[in-house]
Amino acid sequence: MALLVDIQKKLPGFKLEVKFETGMNILGLLGASGSGKSMTLRCIAGIDKPDHGRIVLNGRTLFDSQKGINLPCQKRKLGYLFQNYALFPNMTVEENIGFGIGDKKRADRLAIIKKQVKMIKLEGLEKRYPNQLSGGQQQRVALARALAIEPEVLLLDEPFSALDDYLRSHMVKQLSETLANYQGVTLFVTHNMNEAYSICDKLVILAQGKIEAKGRTVEAFKSPPSLVAAQLTGCKNLSLAKYIAPFELQALDWGINLKTEIEISRQIEWVGIRAHTIELASDGKGDNVFRCWLNSTSETPSWMTVYLAVEKQTQRLDNQQIQWEVTKQMWSELKDKPQPWNLRINPEELIIV
Amino acid sequence: MIDLRGLDFSPLLISLRAVIIATIVTFFLGIAAACFVSGYRGKFKGLIDGVLTLPLVLPPTVVGFLLLLLFGKNGPLGKLLMAIGMTVIFSWPATVIAASVVAFPLMYRTVRSAFEQIDQNIINAARTLGVSEWKIFWKITIPLSWPGVAAGTVLAFARALGDFGATLMIGGNIPGKTLTIPAAIFFAAESGDMRKALVWVILIFVISLIVMTLMNYWTDYQSKMTATIGRR
Repeated sequence: MALLVDIQKKLPGFKLEVKFETGMNILGLLGASGSGKSMTLRCIAGIDKPDHGRIVLNGRTLFDSQKGINLPCQKRKLGYLFQNYALFPNMTVEENIGFGIGDKKRADRLAIIKKQVKMIKLEGLEKRYPNQLSGGQQQRVALARALAIEPEVLLLDEPFSALDDYLRSHMVKQLSETLANYQGVTLFVTHNMNEAYSICDKLVILAQGKIEAKGRTVEAFKSPPSLVAAQLTGCKNLSLAKYIAPFELQALDWGINLKTEIEISRQIEWVGIRAHTIELASDGKGDNVFRCWLNSTSETPSWMTVYLAVEKQTQRLDNQQIQWEVTKQMWSELKDKPQPWNLRINPEELIIV
Repeated sequence: MIDLRGLDFSPLLISLRAVIIATIVTFFLGIAAACFVSGYRGKFKGLIDGVLTLPLVLPPTVVGFLLLLLFGKNGPLGKLLMAIGMTVIFSWPATVIAASVVAFPLMYRTVRSAFEQIDQNIINAARTLGVSEWKIFWKITIPLSWPGVAAGTVLAFARALGDFGATLMIGGNIPGKTLTIPAAIFFAAESGDMRKALVWVILIFVISLIVMTLMNYWTDYQSKMTATIGRR
């Protein structure tokens, strides 16, 4: 099972140029909106046509600009889960699921529908129309409909973006379980790094139509190879960096020197600190400890985001402050302590670009 | 009390024949044209749309005059039909042609806008499922644009029933042959027979109301079946 994609397409504002290969793993396409990730899926599905390049699925050429091959959507045999699910509103749940397998014998068709309805746990709702279902149920029907044709590739286009947070976490878990049983290539498009992290084995990070990074998800998050990749994987603190020694750099925006775990090159450009990796240091001594003054805070239901001025007690520009995410409990202990606070960043946790 | 005895009912039959045939013809031609234009991506889209809509914006007499040129003894289509022994002008097919031509743009435009309102992702989803374009059209496009198709049909019916100018130009007003109800009203009123005119007015009123009402109920029923989702 393998999908090879190597396509170029001119889009308003930028040129989409993506090249990747994927096997049985779940591959995530992570990128901000307008980075070309959905367009990539549409090109693979045959809804849009690339200008150049080729798409090969399990040895079957779906598109090849040089040989003039462009299989119509209908012949590509892939499942596409749309952002808004695109269920057929005039058909019931079972009619939706069975619509793509109309050429099969009636008994076979009914058996497949039954199996799919069972898989998505919607028994008893077969006769409902899509507008009588909740958002999560609609999504499951759309997934069952796509899987009913036994596609060789499953393309998921931001499947969770229309769901509320509560439902989203449930559906992410359910989808992961369903996909574990699916024998085929899965491409998952998202702009949400949490979803990408929990669902995808491998990642392709897209920005402005170009691939910024690709590789295993865990590694892409641990050491993103570019600034954009660092931002997309959720690194909130990024500063221009200057080389000082093989294991030391200067963070220019924050005005502090930091020791690193890995040896750095002279071409180092950026250093990043993830907002939750900052720790409270016992005193002002030691490596990677810096003094901070509180600028402002912002509260979420589960943690506090604390905006800190580093080394100087002034209201600083946004890129000169550091964001720190602490638990509510920690915050209640911390907030009355005298400032400046001594904070520490573990050299292992530094992101170096 | 209006005396119906001695009233010649032929305008009713002529009108109904013209309107029913014209509605059926525009139903299919309008859907076909809407389908073609909404799928067409070339640079002539504006021009094609303009030509297809022209009968709606031109005065009916102008439409009738153009049809006269087209179907007349020396017109291109007229000659062709003459060769197979058919004369259209001032015969009953003229009433059908006139009614069809003036009604067509209403069907075409209403259906086209209904087609273009369908979420393209729904169509794309059907395509990725491997369903043929033909089946997509009949099982998805038509059911989802049904309220538009129904509205277009009613408008086309009403316009065909009400046509006066174009029909008069190529059909004339030959009683028992091409005299439709609207023309009968005009000539009755002109000759001072107000009672006769009133009979026809009431009749056309009743027919229009019945058709509109039936269509509304049917559309309500249909749209309950096809209630669209995803309106967020």
